[in-house]
Amino acid sequence: MANSQLNSGNPRVDIEYRRKKSAEEMRHQVVSFALMIFLTLIAFAVVAAKGFSAWFIVPFILLLAIVQVIFQLYYFMHMSHKGHEAPSLFLYSGLLVGLVTVLAFSTIIWW
Amino acid sequence: MSTYAQKKGFGATIWDYLTTVDHKKIAILYLIAGGFFFVVGGLEAVFIRIQLAVPNNDFVSAGLFNEIITMHGTTMIFLAAMPLVFAFMNAVMPLQIGARDVAFPFVNALGFWLFFFGGVFLNLSWFFDGAPDAGWTSYASLAMASKGHGVDFYVLGLQISGIGTLIGGINFLVTIINMRAPGMTYMRMPLFTWSTFVTSALILFAFPPLTVGLVLMMFDRMFGSNFFVTTMGGNTVIWEHLFWIFGHPEVYILVLPAFGIFSEIFAMFSRKRLFGYSSMVFATVLIGFLGFMVWAHHMFTTGLGPVANAIFAVATMAIGVPTGIKIFNWLLTMWGGSVKFTTPMLYALAFIPSFIAGGVTGVMLASAAADYQYHDTYFVVAHFHYVIVGGVVFAILAGTHLYWPKMFGTMLNDTLGKITFWLFFIGFHMTFFIQHFLGLWGMPRRVFTYLPGQGFETSNLISSLGAVFMSLAVLVLLYNVIMTSVKNVRVGNDPWGDGRTLEWALPSPPPFYNFKQLPLVRGLDAYWLEKMEGKKGMTPAEPLGDIHMPNSSFLPFVIAFGLFVAAFGALFNMDDKAWSVPVLIIGLLITFGAMFLRSVKDDHGFHIHKEDLMEDDNDKGAKA
Repeated sequence: MANSQLNSGNPRVDIEYRRKKSAEEMRHQVVSFALMIFLTLIAFAVVAAKGFSAWFIVPFILLLAIVQVIFQLYYFMHMSHKGHEAPSLFLYSGLLVGLVTVLAFSTIIWW
Repeated sequence: MSTYAQKKGFGATIWDYLTTVDHKKIAILYLIAGGFFFVVGGLEAVFIRIQLAVPNNDFVSAGLFNEIITMHGTTMIFLAAMPLVFAFMNAVMPLQIGARDVAFPFVNALGFWLFFFGGVFLNLSWFFDGAPDAGWTSYASLAMASKGHGVDFYVLGLQISGIGTLIGGINFLVTIINMRAPGMTYMRMPLFTWSTFVTSALILFAFPPLTVGLVLMMFDRMFGSNFFVTTMGGNTVIWEHLFWIFGHPEVYILVLPAFGIFSEIFAMFSRKRLFGYSSMVFATVLIGFLGFMVWAHHMFTTGLGPVANAIFAVATMAIGVPTGIKIFNWLLTMWGGSVKFTTPMLYALAFIPSFIAGGVTGVMLASAAADYQYHDTYFVVAHFHYVIVGGVVFAILAGTHLYWPKMFGTMLNDTLGKITFWLFFIGFHMTFFIQHFLGLWGMPRRVFTYLPGQGFETSNLISSLGAVFMSLAVLVLLYNVIMTSVKNVRVGNDPWGDGRTLEWALPSPPPFYNFKQLPLVRGLDAYWLEKMEGKKGMTPAEPLGDIHMPNSSFLPFVIAFGLFVAAFGALFNMDDKAWSVPVLIIGLLITFGAMFLRSVKDDHGFHIHKEDLMEDDNDKGAKA
């Protein structure tokens, strides 16, 4: 999205600005990639380490997973950029419907 | 005459429709297929009413009665109401937003053929030892015990047609988000387009739960899994939840487009801008949202507990608020308008009290404590027929008259239309109003007969007589359709004279590329605005240029047909038939082979050249 106009031939494109923008974009991606690797390592470590109960490990790993999904969507799939209002609307609506279903199943069917 | 519009022979026309990717032709296919299934479902309804007309009747046996009520419900919801609604969405929505087609024309055709083959598969069950007989909800506790292949036909048929509906919905969403004409902002979209948008979003979120439920049931019935088998630790209530998480939004999927059609009709024939447009949009979205929060009100008596029942009861009653907003807006649209009583307007006027009656009984049913009394009686039957017939079927009949000229270029006879209306209106209330009382007097739903001397005889007879009126109405409508087609009197772009939205700016039927030049939309009711300023048509938003169009393709038909074949293989695999696995494999090979072909073969479509478009103009004596 951000660097799609780098070689558009449009004389008004500010190459300097685009380049800076892309560099910034790249930095974000590298940082979030490193963070994601780090989070994955933590997840493995929690399971490998002795002394944590399952009641801690499962929610903790789920939390890490949610953080990773957010990184994935916002930094790698560019949802942080403009022009993604409709996809985010539908993503969050779908999430809401799914969560309501899970909530209902776990409260009134299984327990 | 341009090279693109030549007279064709019968065979060529059939081939044209089998391969078409044009949204207007797909709309006609949906209308024909949906109309056919509507008649089939209607015949089943007539059989039900014959059987129940007198006590101790033996017109059909108890087992056959179960099959008939199941197929009546399933056919009417999935194979009649939905495709008919889809027909109008396909025919009108792209024209209303000023698009040349939907976003994915190929997928649009695929969606139709999947629905069609799913529907045919489901109905073929009549010829293979019995139709499904566990009710249209197919509750697992009943369905798992059902003998024969009926429920398997239900599971596989709905799965196939469900895929078609789902991709159709996604297609509409993408179209509305991306393909609006210049100036067509969200808040300038006609209400029918808005309701198509919200409906498509509901389809997107509601059909996956149905798919999941059907897959679970398929594995239970065909491959020996135990999701719904209580003796093996399964839970049949899971099916009920999955079904209603789909099933409740489904009723809004049906009724929101109905609201959309009526909103167009009220504005058109009151010759007034729709009252409270923005609140109408808000109410539509809110109904869509709340529609997902209320499904358990179908299950009050399954023992969810008082807290869950109370939550779902309150949420259900909340839906009355946005619906009320809509009702008042329609009334206020008519207020002070110069109302013209055309056939569509009659349906719209009759819709308001009929639908309110259904809404009021809905709120009664929503109160969980009282629901224990109403549950599984004819009161429920009366309620949902009031909302679905009084809302959706009225809208479909109104839409048929309203959009017939836009789809076929001829006007349905208004007098015959009014006869249809009065017959249907009287028959509808006669059939279903009395059923409220039958329910309150204790007649359970889904019983195949009742004993004399319980006070049910007269009311059931009245109810059955009402069905005669409705049948006559449908016959008059069919006669009207045939006569109109035979006479073939062509009409111009705005045959009602009161068209407000973009579709009425186009010839009837529109050329296959819809808009020669995309129109510039300057406000709500875009065409009305231009007419009021004395202009003949829309101001173009672009210079005349080549138009890129998709090629026709036979592949959608083949892909859907493959699944149809595979479904037979899967179904008869249970009987250890030797041929079943090869049939399954061949079917899947056809489907995936066609998909592969579609993927590897580059199809860039074609261009209509500027010169041909100019030539078209000269023929009609107008200027580009």
